[in-house]
Amino acid sequence: MTASHQSLLAAALLGPDLTIPGLKTWNGSDPVQRFNVYRNNVVHSLVEALRAKFPVVEHLVGRTFFGAMAQHFVRSAPPKSVIMARYGDEFPDFVASYAPAGPLAYLADVARLEAARVRAYHAADARALGPADFETIPPHALADLVLTLHPTVRLIRSAHAIYALWAAHQGELEIGDVDPAVPQDVLVVRPAGEVLVASLPQGAAEILECLASGAQLGAALMASGTPGLEAIPVFRMLVMLGAFCALSLPGEIE
Amino acid sequence: MLKTPEASSSGLARSALSSLPRRAGIGFKPQHFEELSERGSRTGFLEVHAENYMGAGGPALAQLERLRRDYPLSLHGVALSIGGEGPLNLEHLTRLRILLERFQPSAFSEHLAWSSHGPYYFNDLLPVAYDGPTLDRVCEHVDLAQNTLGRRLLLENPSTYLQFSESSIDEVAFISEVARRTGCGLLLDVNNVAVSCANHGRDPFAYLDAFPVACVGEIHLAGYAEEHDTLGAPLRIDAHGSPVEPDVWALFRHILNRTGPIATLIEWDNDVPDLATLLAEAKKADACLAGSGNGCRAA
Repeated sequence: MTASHQSLLAAALLGPDLTIPGLKTWNGSDPVQRFNVYRNNVVHSLVEALRAKFPVVEHLVGRTFFGAMAQHFVRSAPPKSVIMARYGDEFPDFVASYAPAGPLAYLADVARLEAARVRAYHAADARALGPADFETIPPHALADLVLTLHPTVRLIRSAHAIYALWAAHQGELEIGDVDPAVPQDVLVVRPAGEVLVASLPQGAAEILECLASGAQLGAALMASGTPGLEAIPVFRMLVMLGAFCALSLPGEIE
Repeated sequence: MLKTPEASSSGLARSALSSLPRRAGIGFKPQHFEELSERGSRTGFLEVHAENYMGAGGPALAQLERLRRDYPLSLHGVALSIGGEGPLNLEHLTRLRILLERFQPSAFSEHLAWSSHGPYYFNDLLPVAYDGPTLDRVCEHVDLAQNTLGRRLLLENPSTYLQFSESSIDEVAFISEVARRTGCGLLLDVNNVAVSCANHGRDPFAYLDAFPVACVGEIHLAGYAEEHDTLGAPLRIDAHGSPVEPDVWALFRHILNRTGPIATLIEWDNDVPDLATLLAEAKKADACLAGSGNGCRAA
């Protein structure tokens, strides 16, 4: 087989109209029908991988629509990694630009939430801090704390009610009660075995973003845009969710 | 021209083909984790696809850590693309090395196939032409993989749906020569033999009689689907979504006469049934391995 032959086969796998030279069958039957087994295997397996990663997106648009959208994506962006858990990380951007899905403005962000769940599932393990880890910090030093986000943390900020849409498909909410036009910030985190998805109160996303950039806790709480004392329960909720894995005070030898 | 396989003089090639027990095992599916971990030794060994355990952390790796305490483990790679025209993916080879070092499996196997080309991965096992240049390249890739991983790998015979006009070497002769040159072991997938021989009008018993059994470190059994080609001849698909077919059991019994008891995997990757169904298939294989024949004849 010359170098160009496997290239032709590779192109023909995703190009249903391309012809392939050099195929042979034992009984003279049509080799293209047999090559189509490989074409079907490739496209089908990749579409199935996307169905497995984006079940709520599929549920929102229906099996047929999802299949057509996924096939477009598969043919335009075949995997570049052999680790299939990573396949589809660019699918949300594709969904955002997929014209037939245009009326469903929330769809791409729901896909982002689902991709974040898979990334959190496979991200590095770490012990999450709990409230007890903060008890040894003198109250006057709390504002100086620098926190490390848990390695599984993913934050999705959306102009749409993506948590509510996601939760409705877990049977936690009635889909009829969901107003997709409400903005929602969603935290995805895996503090222990299970991936958690949480809708964040106002100010929480700003606190997380600020802490992620290395700011001290006091400055991060100020950045939340909520009055000082109201930001504390918001931060406490983030701790309870397991959003942090390490803390330090400036000047401390780590 | 092609000689029968023989042990090479290198230490790597003299090391054991696999340390799996000579029993039946099953492919591990996460939905069976609780049942398998609650009580150990439900089956002879567990096999997993290496690529499903290449994340940085998480429950998948934790489950595998838990299971390997109770079960011998076989790591089965599906993405190394040993038959690919391009160079081996060294990043992937490194990931495999790290995984093998961490889990110390009783066997590691890969496929005589290609699955990547250029920047893309096709998530399927694609057929290679059986000619001299491909043989040289496959041997180079197996050598590099074995040297990097520090162990012998078991190379699996493929299921194929078509042939290439460039092919000039018989499949068994091709595989035998790879094993002879590289010292690799072989994974004999009996279902793939049944699929490929039906798809290319060949006698599967003659295929097995020519197969270099001294190199075989593991056997795979699975179910196939059957369609028809444009002339109405059977076109079998390696579907892994149903029980092992009677003709595959017959081929399995036939090869056991030559191999004796050997680690045998029940592969069932699509429409995965409950654990009891998988274990019942494994029990049939165990009956064949034990030589009692009853469970096997009933299959």
